[in-house]
Amino acid sequence: MSLEASIGMQVGTLDLRAELTVADGELLALLGPNGAGKSTALRALAGLRPIHEGHIRVDGTALDDPAANTFVPPEQRPIGVVFQDYLLFDHMTVLENVAFGLRARNTPKADARRRAHEWLERVGLASMARDRPRALSGGQAQRVALARALATDPRVLLLDEPLAALDAGTRAAVRRDLRQHLGSFAGMRLLVTHDPIDAYALADRVAVLEGGRIVQSGTLAEVTAHPRSRYVADLVGVNLVSGSVEGGVLHTERGAAVVIADAPNGLSFAVLRPHSLTLTREAPAGASSRNVWDGTITDIDRLGERARVGIEGLLPLTAEITLAALDALALRPGDEVYVAAKATDIEVYPA
Amino acid sequence: MIDERRRGRSPVPAPVLVLAALATAFFALPLAGLLWRAPWSKAWQYLTSDDALTALRLSLVCSLWATAISFVLGVPLAWVLARVDFPGRSAVRALCTLSMVIPPVVGGVALFFALGRRGIVGQYLDQWFGIRLPFTTAGVVVAQTFVAMPFLIITVEAALRQMDQRVEDAARTLGASSWYTFRRVTLPAIRPALMAGGVLAWARALGEFGATITFAGNFPGTTQTLPLAVYLGLETNPEEAIVLSLVLIAISFAVLVGLRDRWFGQGNRTELLT
Repeated sequence: MSLEASIGMQVGTLDLRAELTVADGELLALLGPNGAGKSTALRALAGLRPIHEGHIRVDGTALDDPAANTFVPPEQRPIGVVFQDYLLFDHMTVLENVAFGLRARNTPKADARRRAHEWLERVGLASMARDRPRALSGGQAQRVALARALATDPRVLLLDEPLAALDAGTRAAVRRDLRQHLGSFAGMRLLVTHDPIDAYALADRVAVLEGGRIVQSGTLAEVTAHPRSRYVADLVGVNLVSGSVEGGVLHTERGAAVVIADAPNGLSFAVLRPHSLTLTREAPAGASSRNVWDGTITDIDRLGERARVGIEGLLPLTAEITLAALDALALRPGDEVYVAAKATDIEVYPA
Repeated sequence: MIDERRRGRSPVPAPVLVLAALATAFFALPLAGLLWRAPWSKAWQYLTSDDALTALRLSLVCSLWATAISFVLGVPLAWVLARVDFPGRSAVRALCTLSMVIPPVVGGVALFFALGRRGIVGQYLDQWFGIRLPFTTAGVVVAQTFVAMPFLIITVEAALRQMDQRVEDAARTLGASSWYTFRRVTLPAIRPALMAGGVLAWARALGEFGATITFAGNFPGTTQTLPLAVYLGLETNPEEAIVLSLVLIAISFAVLVGLRDRWFGQGNRTELLT
C-alpha cells in the first residue's frame, strides 16, 4: 500500500528523473530550490502532465506508464491536491467549493452538501459556509482547500507549497493548524516545499530535489547532518566540497587540495564549517593548520556579533568570524586573504 | 493646480488636452446635429407608426437570435482558439474574425454566393430541405450573425487566455470531467467576458446594415430592420429617419455605458486591490 513513482520527463530545459515512494500513512516532503522540478513532479503525480518515461502507481495500480500506454486522467485518480494559491472557485460559496468534488462525482446535491458541511466543521469553518472565498484569510482559504481536496476521499494527498502564499506573521500558526489537520488524514501525503522549516514541522521524511534529481533522502536530521548537495549545504550554512580523496588529501575538480585527518580513498564530500575557518592578511607561517588557501573577499554579511565572509578562489568558501576580528583585520570586499583550516575540523564522508 | 500636485498627479499637458477635446467634439458633433434637427414634436408619432414598430420589432428579434447563435457557436470556437494548439490556428482565427473588418456589403455578397439559391451550400439547402435563406427573416439572422459573432469570439478568447487555468486543473483533480469543468468552472470564471462579448455582438447585430441589405434585401415586415428603415427613410421621410437613428444611437449608447460600469469587471478589480 504505497505510492511509487519513477518520473522521467523533459520540460523545457528541465530534465526531471526522480524516484519517489510514499508509504501508507507517511508524509514525504519534496524539498528543493525553485526550478528544481518539484511542482512538475507534483503535476505529473496528479495527472495534469503525462510523464515520458517511468511509472506512477498507487496501491499497485498503474496511473501513468508510457511503456504500457497507460494514462489515467486526473479526474479518475485517487489523488487530492492542495494548490499553492489554493485556487478556490471564486464564483461559488465556501460550502459549494468543498462539495464540488462530490457533485462532480454525481453525489446527490443534499448528500454532497451535508458531507461538505461536516468537512467544514472538521476544519473549523462551518460558520463561513455561505461566504465567498474572497472573504477568507489566507489560513482559512488553505483549510477550505484542504477540506475540498479531502472531501472526495483520496488515497493520496499532494500539497504544493501550502504555506508560501501566507505572510510571515501568520505562517507559524497556519503551519501548526496544517500539521494537526494533516495528522488526521491516514493516507499517503506528499508535500512540495522550498522551506526546510515546513519540511521539519510537517514531514516524516524528506527527499531533496535539485536540478531534476533526488540528491538526498531520509529524515531531515539525516539529510542535514551529511549534506550531499550545494542546496542542502546552503540551508545548513556550511561549505560543501566534493572531490576525490587520495592518501589523506581531497582534490577538487578545480584543482584545490584539502588535507583531511583520515578518510578512505575515493569520491567524497568534505564539510568545512564556516566558524572553524580562520582568516589572515599574510600567509601564516608555522601555523598548526594543515590547510591554507588564498582568495578574494566577494561579500561580507554582518549578523549580530558575527560576520560571514564570502571568499572566491580556487576553493570558494564562506568563513564566519567575530566582528572584532573583522575590524582588527579591516577586511573589505576585494581584499586578498588567506583562509586556514585544521584537518581535524573537516568532516569527510563518501559521495 | 496646487491641489492636483498635492495629490501626486502630474498636470495634463495643454496640447494633449486640446487635441483630446477636439476628438471628443468630433464624436459629439454628429450626435448634436441629429438632436438639433430632430422633429421633437412629432417624434412619438414617428416612433409609434406601424412601419417603425415593425422594423424595431424585427430588429430586436433578429439581433437576439443572432446573439443566441453567436453564443452557441462562438463560445466553443473561442475555447478551441484559446486552448487547442493546432497548425493554422492563427489562420482560422483570422478567417473567423474577417467579417469584422471587411465591408459588410462584401460579406453580404459572399453569403449570397455561399447560401443563395445557386450558392455552393445554398443550392442543396434548397433542393434537399426547401430552405431558402436570401430575402427571408432567417437570412437577416444569418447576415447579422456573420458580422456580430467575431465580437463575441475575440472577447471570450481573450478572457479564456487571461483566466487562471490552474483553477481548471484544480477542478480536474477533484474529479470533474473536462466537460463538467467547462460548464461549472470555466464559463462562470469568464462570465464578465461572456456578458461583454454578448452585448457587443448584440449591438453590432442590431446596427447591421450592409450584409443584411445585400443578402436579405429590404422588405418591410420580413427583412427591413431599423437601420434599413433609416436608410429608406432618408429618401422618403428624413424626419422619420432622424428619429429612428436616435433610437439606434440611444440603445447603443446605453449599452456602452452599461458595459463599462458593470461588465468590464472594474468593480471586481477594485475589490481585489483593497
